[in-house]
Amino acid sequence: MRFLLDELPFFLELLVSGLLIGMMYALVALGFVLIYKASQAINFAQGEFVMFGGFVVAASMRYHGLSLVLSLALGFGAMVVIGLLMERLVLRPLTGRGVIAIIMATIGLASILKGLLLLIWGPLSVNIPLPIREEPVEIFTLLVKLVAVVGAIISLVFLAGFSFLFLRSRLGIALRAVADNQTVAQLMGIDVRHYFALTWVTAGVVATIGGVMWGNMIGADVHTALIGLKVFPVVILGGLTSVPGAVLGGLIVGAVENLAAGYIDPFVGGGTKDFVPYILMILALMVRPYGFFGEQVIERV
Amino acid sequence: MNDRTRGRAGGGCMTDQADGRPFLKVEGVSKSFGGVRALSEIELEVNRGEIRAIIGPNGAGKTTLINLISRVYPPDRGRITFAGRDITRVPTHRIASVGIGRTFQNVALFRGMTVLDNLMLGRHPLMRPGIFSSGIYWGLAQKKEVEHRARVEWIIDFLEITHIRKTLVAALPLGLQKRVELGRALAGEPTLLLLDEPMAGMNVEEKEDMVRFIFDINEELDKTIVLIEHDMGVVMDISQRVSALDFGVKIAEGTPDEVRANPAVIEAYLGTAAQQASR
Repeated sequence: MRFLLDELPFFLELLVSGLLIGMMYALVALGFVLIYKASQAINFAQGEFVMFGGFVVAASMRYHGLSLVLSLALGFGAMVVIGLLMERLVLRPLTGRGVIAIIMATIGLASILKGLLLLIWGPLSVNIPLPIREEPVEIFTLLVKLVAVVGAIISLVFLAGFSFLFLRSRLGIALRAVADNQTVAQLMGIDVRHYFALTWVTAGVVATIGGVMWGNMIGADVHTALIGLKVFPVVILGGLTSVPGAVLGGLIVGAVENLAAGYIDPFVGGGTKDFVPYILMILALMVRPYGFFGEQVIERV
Repeated sequence: MNDRTRGRAGGGCMTDQADGRPFLKVEGVSKSFGGVRALSEIELEVNRGEIRAIIGPNGAGKTTLINLISRVYPPDRGRITFAGRDITRVPTHRIASVGIGRTFQNVALFRGMTVLDNLMLGRHPLMRPGIFSSGIYWGLAQKKEVEHRARVEWIIDFLEITHIRKTLVAALPLGLQKRVELGRALAGEPTLLLLDEPMAGMNVEEKEDMVRFIFDINEELDKTIVLIEHDMGVVMDISQRVSALDFGVKIAEGTPDEVRANPAVIEAYLGTAAQQASR
C-alpha cells in the first residue's frame, strides 16, 4: 500500500503528460480521418505532412531568420499549397481509378516530401523556439512541461473548431454527402473536388500544428515523420471515420505509450514507445475491428 | 388506378408552349459502355408542363438516358438542350442549378442522415456557393438559412412526411424513402424532374399516393416530369405521351394508347417475356 502511494505521483505524471501528447496525436489524426471520410483514401503521408509543415517553420526561423508568426504563416501556407496541388495534380487525374491508386499516390507523396526536405535543408535536426517557458510547471503537485499543456489546449481548440465545421455546419453535412455518394452529392450541386481539396488542406494545417509542437519538444527533422506511424493506432482504435474516436484513440495511445515507456524502458533500454501503440492496435483489431466509434459496415452477400 | 387520378390526367397539363421550342431536347445522342452500345441516335423532345413516360424492357437504356440528361456521365455523341441552353457539357455539380432534379431507381438518399438533412442537402444548389460561407452561416446568411428551411418544411408538408422529418432515412420503409427522395429533388426547385421508376417496389396504396403526388407536382408546382416506369397501368394513367426504347433505340412514341398498340412495342415486350419464359 505504502509502495503504491509512493508510486502514485510518478504514475500520474506519466499519465498526464501522455494524455497531453495524446491530444496532439488526435489533432494530427483528425486530418487523416477527414480524408478517409471524404474519399475512403488512407493518407500514408500524414506523418510527412507533420514533418514538412513543422520543418518549414523550423527552417524559416533558424535558417532564414524569420519571426515566429511569419514562419508559422509560411508553414501553413506551404501545407495549403501542397494540399491543393495534391487535389489538382494527383486526385483529379486519378478520379474513378479506385482508392488503391490514391493510397499508392500518398506513399509516393511521402517519399517526395522527405526527399524535398533533405534536398533543400539537409538532415540536421532543428529546434523550433517557442515563447513558452522551458522548465516544467506544477499542476496539482505534478510536474508537466508547459509546452505540452499549451499544445494540448491548442489541439483542443482546433479539434473543437474543426469538429463544429465538419460535423455540425452545412459544410459538414455536404462533406458527409460527398462521403456517402459522390455522384449524388454532385447532383445536389456539391463540387466534390472542392471538398477533397479542403480535406487535404485541413490535413496539412493540423499536421503543421503537430509538427511545430513536436519540433519544439524534440526538434524537427526527417524522423518527425514517424509520428505518422502513431496515427494508425490512433485511428484504428477510434474508428477510421470518427472525430471523437480520434480524440479518444489519441488519448489512449498517448497515455499507454508514455506509461509503458516510463515503466518498461528502464529495463529494456528504451524504444518501448515505438511498438506499444502497435500492440494496442493489433489487440483493438482483434476485439473491435471498426474501432470505438467507427461505422460497422455490414456487407450483404 | 382510381377514377380521381384518371380524371385529372385527362384534364391535360400542356400549359406553356408559347415559345414553340421543346423544353428538353435530346438530339442524336449515343452512349456506349466498353463494347456495349447502351443508346444509339436517340431523339427526344419534351414540352414544358408535360409528363412524359419512358418505357422499355430491362436493358433498353432508359436509365442511361436519364443519366445522360442529368449529366452523371457525358454522351459519346449528340446534343442535349434544356430551356434553350446546351447542357451537353455542363459539369455534374451544376446540373441542379440549371433546373434539373432527379430520383434514382435504387433509392440514393444519404442513409445516415435524417429526412430533414436530406432535403436541406437537396436545397444546396440554391444556397450561397463557397465552402467557407457554408461553413459559417450566422448573421445575414442565417436569415437566408431560415428561408430555405421554411421552404423545405413546406415540401415536407406537401409530401405528407411531417411525422418522419427527424427520422434517419435508413430506418424508413422503401415506399417512404422514395417519397423522401422525391422531396429532396423538389427541394432544389427544379423545373424538370427526372424520376427513375418512382413506384418500383411499392404496394398498391403507396403507388396511388405517388401518382397523386406526381400529378400535384406537375399541376400545382408546374414541373415538367420525365419518368421511367414499368407498371403499364400507371404509365397509361399518368402520362400524356410515352416514348418506348428497346436495345438502345427509340422504337415508338405517342399517346399511351398509340404506343400500347404499336407492333414494335408489343414485339419488344412479348419478345422479352418469351425469352424469360424459355429460360
